[in-house]
Amino acid sequence: MDFTYDDEQDALRDAVRGLLTKAYGDFEQRRQTTKVDPGFSEKTWTQMAEMGLLGLPFSEDDGGVGAGPVEIAIVCQELGRVVAPEPYLHAVVLAGGLVAACGSAEQRGELLGALSAGERLLAFAHDEPGSRWAATASGVSATEDGGSWTLSGTKEPVVQGARADTLVVSAQLPDGGTGLFVVDGEAATRTGYPTYDGGRAAKVVLDSTPATPLGEPGRDLASSIATILDLGRIMAGNQAIGAMEVALRQTTEYLKSRKQFGVPLSTFQALTFRAADMYVSLELATSLVQWATMVVESGDPDAVRDAAARAGLQVSRAGRHVGQEAIQLHGGIGMTAEYAVGSYTSVLTMLEHLLGDGSHHLTGLSERITDHEDLDPLAIA
Amino acid sequence: MQLALSAEDQKFREQMRTFFTTEVSEDIRRAVIEGRELTKEQIVESQQTLNKAGLAVPHWPTEWGGQDWSDLQRHIWNEEMQRAGVPTPLAFNASMIGPVLAQFGSQEIKERFLPKTANLDIWWSQGFSEPDAGSDLASLRTTAVKDGDDWVVNGQKTWTTLGQYGDWIFTLVRTDPDVKKQAGISMLLIDMTSPGLTVRPIELIDGGHEVNEVWFEDVRVPAENLVGELNSGWTIAKFLLGNERVGVAPVGTTKRILARAKSLAGERASEPLLAARIAELENDLLALELTALRVVAHSADGEPHPASSVLKLRGTELQQAVSELMVDLAGPASIASGAGGDSALDEWTHHTTPTYLNLRKASIYGGSNEIQRQIISRTILGL
Ligand SMILES: Cc1cc2nc3c(=O)[nH]c(=O)nc-3n(C[C@H](O)[C@H](O)[C@H](O)COP(=O)(O)OP(=O)(O)OC[C@H]3O[C@@H](n4cnc5c(N)ncnc54)[C@H](O)[C@@H]3O)c2cc1C
Repeated sequence: MDFTYDDEQDALRDAVRGLLTKAYGDFEQRRQTTKVDPGFSEKTWTQMAEMGLLGLPFSEDDGGVGAGPVEIAIVCQELGRVVAPEPYLHAVVLAGGLVAACGSAEQRGELLGALSAGERLLAFAHDEPGSRWAATASGVSATEDGGSWTLSGTKEPVVQGARADTLVVSAQLPDGGTGLFVVDGEAATRTGYPTYDGGRAAKVVLDSTPATPLGEPGRDLASSIATILDLGRIMAGNQAIGAMEVALRQTTEYLKSRKQFGVPLSTFQALTFRAADMYVSLELATSLVQWATMVVESGDPDAVRDAAARAGLQVSRAGRHVGQEAIQLHGGIGMTAEYAVGSYTSVLTMLEHLLGDGSHHLTGLSERITDHEDLDPLAIA
Repeated sequence: MQLALSAEDQKFREQMRTFFTTEVSEDIRRAVIEGRELTKEQIVESQQTLNKAGLAVPHWPTEWGGQDWSDLQRHIWNEEMQRAGVPTPLAFNASMIGPVLAQFGSQEIKERFLPKTANLDIWWSQGFSEPDAGSDLASLRTTAVKDGDDWVVNGQKTWTTLGQYGDWIFTLVRTDPDVKKQAGISMLLIDMTSPGLTVRPIELIDGGHEVNEVWFEDVRVPAENLVGELNSGWTIAKFLLGNERVGVAPVGTTKRILARAKSLAGERASEPLLAARIAELENDLLALELTALRVVAHSADGEPHPASSVLKLRGTELQQAVSELMVDLAGPASIASGAGGDSALDEWTHHTTPTYLNLRKASIYGGSNEIQRQIISRTILGL
C-alpha cells in the first residue's frame, strides 16, 4: 500500500503542470479562452496530444500510451487546478474510454489514433431530457435495415457536442438494451450553447441519421457504459480535488491579505476555523478519490461501482462545502467573473452534476448497505 | 396566545391575494415564477401598478403614501406578494432611501423625491460599499468637499446593484477626514447623469450584469442634496441598514419555490432521500416563518424583537438551500444554462445553476452572515 507517486508519475505531473500553468496560470487567459467558441484552446489541446496525454489510457496498439488510472488521475487533477476548459474528461475518459472498451480493433485504431493525435474530437452523446445519470438510453432509438443502422431521437446536454467531429451515441436497440454507435458530427443537427462553467454543450437531434454500431452490432452495452461512467466519476473526482485544493489556497491567501476593520481577515477566528474545516473536507475527499483511483486498477466492475459512488458522495459534499465557503469568505469579490474563485465553484458544481450528485450516489449506497458487514478498503483486488 | 388571524386580518389577506393575482400583469408574474430575469420596464410597471393601489410603500408615513397598517398586516402584504410571484417593490426605493428621506430629509427633499421614489419614476441605486470598505463600511474614502454652494465628490463606489438603470444614487461620503471614522461621514443624493460620474459593469459568476462600479471625478452636487445633518451619515446609514435587514428573509418566495420544486420533482418526490430533504427544508422554513410572525406580533407593542437577527441569517441560508435543491432536481439538465428556446430540456432547468450561483450573494450583502452572527453574539448574547 502506497499513496505516493513514483518518479515517472511525478515527472508526468510536473510536465502537465508546466503545460497548463503556461496556458492558464493567469486566470485571465482562461476567461478569454472560454469567451469564444469552442470554449477551450485548440492549441493547448494539440500540445496535450503532443505530450501524449490524449492517448494516455489507450493501448499502444490503438495509437495510445497504455498508462493506468493513476496517470489519468494526475492529468485530471492538474486540469482541475487551473480549471482548464479542455474536454479531457468527456472526449478521452468517457467517449474514448467507450471506444476502447467496446470498439472493434479497426474502430479503436481509427478513432483512438486520431483522438490521441488531437486530430479528431469525440463527444459522448448520452444524457437525454429527463434522464438522471442512468447507464441506459431511451430517448434515442436505433433501427436496422439490411445491415445499415440509423438513429432517431434527441440527446441533450452533450458536452462539446457541437464542436465534436465524431459522436459516440447511446441508443435503445430494436430488441431492447442499450447499444453504442459512432455518428459523424456533421450528420446530426446540433445546436450549441455556452454553459455556466465556461464550457459548451449542445442539443443533438438525430433523424434517421446513419450510424455505425460500436463493436459487434446489436449488443447491449449498458454495463460497459456503467463502468465508463464510474471511471468518469472517479476522474471527475480527481479534477474536483485539484480545483478544491486551489480554491482553498486562494481563500487562505485572501484571508491573509484582505484587511477590514484595520486588520487582516485572518485575525478573525470565526473565519480561520472555517478555512480549517474546508481543509478537513478536502483531505477526506482526497483520500477517498485516491483510493477509488487505485480500485479502478483492480478491474472489478462491482468494486469500481462501489468506489465511484463513495468517492462521488464525498466529492459532492466536499465540493459544495469548499466551493460555497470559498465564495463566502471572499465576500463580494468572490462573486465576480473576473476573479478566479467563483469559477472554481462553478466547475465543482458542473463536475458533480455531470455524472451524478451526492443524493444519487447515496441512494445507490443505501440500497446496498446489507451487502457487506464492514468496509475494508484494503480488501479490494 | 392565539394562533388564528382575526376576521379582519383574514379579510385583509384575501384582499391582498386577490389583488396580487389579478391586478399585476400575468406576464410579469410568470417570469418571476419561471425564474427569468425581469426587464427594467417590468419592474417599473409592476411597482406602478402597486403604487396606484397604495400598495408599493405601505410602511412609509401615511402622508407620503404609507398605510396605517399593523406590522402583521405588512407581513401579510409582503408574504402574499411573494407568494403570487409579484416582484417586491425595488428595495433601494421602497425599503432603503424612502424611509430615510421620510425620517431625515428636509421638507423640500421629501416633496421633491418621495412621490417619485414611491412610483419608481426615479430609480435609486445604493452607493455605500467601496473596494476597501465592505463589512467595514465606516472606512469609506469617497470624499465630498464644499466649494461654494456645491459639494465636489471624488472616489469610487462598488457593487452598485442595477446601477445601470439608476437615475439617482444615495451615497455615503467622507465630509470630515479629521475625526473618528464614523463621525466624518454624510449622506449625499447624487444625480447619476452628473458630469464626472461613470458607471462601469462588473460581470458576476452567473454570467449576468447586475452590479457596477461607480466612479466620481469632481462631480458637483448641490448643497441641498445633503440628507440630514452634516456628518450624521453613519446614524442615517444604521437606520437604513436596519430597514434593509428587516424583511430581507424572503420566506414567501422561498416557500413558493420549494412548493414548485415539489411539483417538478413529480414521481421522484417519493424517493426517500429527496422526500427527507424536502421535508427538512419545509420544516426549517416553517420555523423561520413562525419566527417572523413572532417578531411581527411582538413589535406590535413598539419594541423590535431581538430574534429579528435570525431572519436574515436563516432566511438567506434557506433561500440558498432551496436553490441548491433546484439544481439537483434538474440533474444533468442543470448543465444547459445557456440553452435557447428550442432546447429539448424544460426551460426551468436552464435557470437553476445560474440562480444557485447568483444567490451566493445573499449571505454576503446587506450585512454578511458573519456580521449577523456577530450581532447575535454581541448584542443579544452579550459575548
Ligand atoms: C451581488 C452583490 C450586490 C451588492 N449590492 C450592493 C449595493 O447595491 N450597494 C452597496 O453599497 N453595496 C452592495 N454590495 C456590497 C456588500 O454590501 C458587501 O459585499 C458586503 O458588505 C461585504 O463586504 P466585502 O464584499 O468587502 O467583503 P469583506 O468585508 O471583505 O468580507 C469578506 C469575508 O469576511 C467576513 N468578515 C468581514 N469582517 C468580519 C468580521 N469582523 N468578523 C467575521 N467575519 C468577517 C465577511 O463576512 C466575508 O465572509 C453588494 C454585494 C454583492 C455581492
